[in-house]
Amino acid sequence: MKCIFILAACVSILAIVIICVFLFASGIPTIGEIGIFKFLFGTEWRPGNGLYGILPMIIGSIYVTAGAILVGVPIGILCAVYMSHFCNKKLYKILKPVIDLLAGIPSIIYGFVALSIIVPIMQNFKGNGQNIITASLLLGIMILPTIISVTESSLRAVDKSYYDGALALGATHERSVFFTVLPAAKSGVLAGIILGIGRAIGETMAISMIAGNQPIIPSSLFSGVRTLTTHIVIELGYSEGLHRDALIATAVVLFVFVLIINLCFSALKRKEKK
Amino acid sequence: MSAVKKNFLKFFSNFRKKLKYYKRHPLSMLLFLAVHFAALATVAVLITIVVYVLARGIPHISPELFAWEYTSDNLSMMPAIINTVTMVILSLLMAVPIGICSAIYLTEYAKRGSRLVKIVSVTTETLSGIPSIVYGIFGYLLFNQALGWGYSFLGGAITLAIMILPLIMRTTQEALKSVPLSFREASFGLGAGRLRTTFKIILPSAMSGILSGIILSIGRIVGETAALIYTAGTVTGIPKNVMGSGRTLAIHMYALFSEGLHIDEAYATGVVLLILVLGINALSSFIAKKLEKK
Repeated sequence: MKCIFILAACVSILAIVIICVFLFASGIPTIGEIGIFKFLFGTEWRPGNGLYGILPMIIGSIYVTAGAILVGVPIGILCAVYMSHFCNKKLYKILKPVIDLLAGIPSIIYGFVALSIIVPIMQNFKGNGQNIITASLLLGIMILPTIISVTESSLRAVDKSYYDGALALGATHERSVFFTVLPAAKSGVLAGIILGIGRAIGETMAISMIAGNQPIIPSSLFSGVRTLTTHIVIELGYSEGLHRDALIATAVVLFVFVLIINLCFSALKRKEKK
Repeated sequence: MSAVKKNFLKFFSNFRKKLKYYKRHPLSMLLFLAVHFAALATVAVLITIVVYVLARGIPHISPELFAWEYTSDNLSMMPAIINTVTMVILSLLMAVPIGICSAIYLTEYAKRGSRLVKIVSVTTETLSGIPSIVYGIFGYLLFNQALGWGYSFLGGAITLAIMILPLIMRTTQEALKSVPLSFREASFGLGAGRLRTTFKIILPSAMSGILSGIILSIGRIVGETAALIYTAGTVTGIPKNVMGSGRTLAIHMYALFSEGLHIDEAYATGVVLLILVLGINALSSFIAKKLEKK
C-alpha cells in the first residue's frame, strides 16, 4: 500500500516533467528556426510575411502586469491591514467570505463585467476604451484576493509584542500597525505581491475581452495592448505550420517567465520561515 | 425608543471623541480612512459584479435556454451544463484519488525532511503557479497532437486533473496535519497498523477539510476556460463518448461572446455560471467552517 502512496506522490513530479518536456521539445526548435533574437526582440508580428517577433506581446504583458500591481497592491495591502488589525469579528466574518468569493469568480465573468462597465467609462476619455488602463484596472481587481489573503496571514503571523511595544511607546493604533507590524511582515507581503504578479501575467480570458489585442508596441496608456497569454488564445485556433509553432513557443516564453516568478516566490517563502 | 436614542447619543459622542483624537494625529487619520476605503472598495467590487451580472442576465433567462438540444435559434445551455458536470466528474475521478494518496504519503508515511517530500512540495508549488493557458497548450500538444486524439473530452479532463491536483494535495495535507497527534498515538497503542490508522482514524477525522478542498477545485473546473478551449474544444452538443469534443458552460459563454451576436444570452448563461460557482464556493467554506468548530 505504501508503494501506491509513493507512486501517487510521484505523479505531480511526473506531471511537471511531462509538461516541461512537451513544451520545450516543441518550442525550442521553433525558436531556433525563427532565430532567438528575431523571436524575442522582433517588434513585428506578421505571420503572413514570415515575421514572428513577440516583443510587443512581452512588453504588453509587462505593462499590464505593472499596471495591475499599481492598482492591486495598495488596495490589497490596505484591505489586509483592515482585516487583520481594524475590523471586529463580525465584520471579519463578512469580509473573509467576500475575498474567497472574489477569488472564485471565473475570469470570463470578470471579463464580461469589465467589458460592460470599465470599457464604456474609458470610452469617455479616449478611443474605444480597450486599452492598457482598462486591462490594468481589471487585472488589479482580479489579483486582489491573492494579495489580500497572503498579506493577511503574514500580518497575523507577526508577534503581538511588536504592536504592543509601539503602542506602549505612545504611537497611535494606526502608526503601530503601519510602522512596526507591516515592516515586520515585509517578506510575507512581498511573497503575496509576487504571487499576484504570477496571477496577473497568466490571466488570459478576461484580458482578451477588454485589452484591444493589437500586436504592436503600445504607444500610450490609451492604446490597445496584447499580452503573451491573449496572443496564444486568440491566434491558435486558426493558425498552422510555423505560425502555430511560434504560438507554442510563445507559451514556452510565458512558462519560463512564470517559472522565474515561482522561484522568487519560493525563495522568499523560505526566507520568511527562517 | 429611548434605547435607540441612547445608543445613538453614545455612538455620536464616541465619534466626536475619535474625531478630536484624529485631529491631533493627521497621519493616523489618513491611514484610518485609507484602510476603510480599501476594505469598502473590495466589498463594492464583489457586489457590483454579482448585481450587474444578475441584473443583465435574469431578464433574458427563458425556458428555451434550457432545452435539451442546442440549436443556433435557442442557444440552449443545457448541453453545456451537462458537459460541465461530466467534466467535473471525470477530472475529479483522476485528481482526487491521486491527490489524497500523495497527501497521505507526504504527511503520514514520509520521514520528516526527506528528499522526496521536498521535491514534491516544490513541484506542487510550481504546478499551482502555471497559468491555465499553459496547461491548455500542454494538453493541446500532448492529447490533440502527440496522441492524435483531436479535440477530446478526455484530454480536457486530464489537463484539468493535473491543474487541480496541487489544490487537492495542499488542502488534504492541511486537513491531515490538523488531526491531533494523539489520535494516531491512541490508534497505534491499540495495536493498529499505519494503514488501518490512516484509513479508519485519520481520514474520517480530516474528511471535512478534504471535502472543502475538493469542492473548491470543482469551482475551479466550472469556471475554467483557457485550459479547455484547445483541449476539449468548443462543439456545442454532448459528446457521444469521452473522445468527442464538447464545451463546458464557461466556454459556452465565451463562444457566445466571441460570436458577438448573443450578448444577452451570454449574460443569462453568466447568471447560471456565477450562481453555480458562488454556491460551490459558499458550500466549501461552510464545510471548512464546520471543521474549525470541531
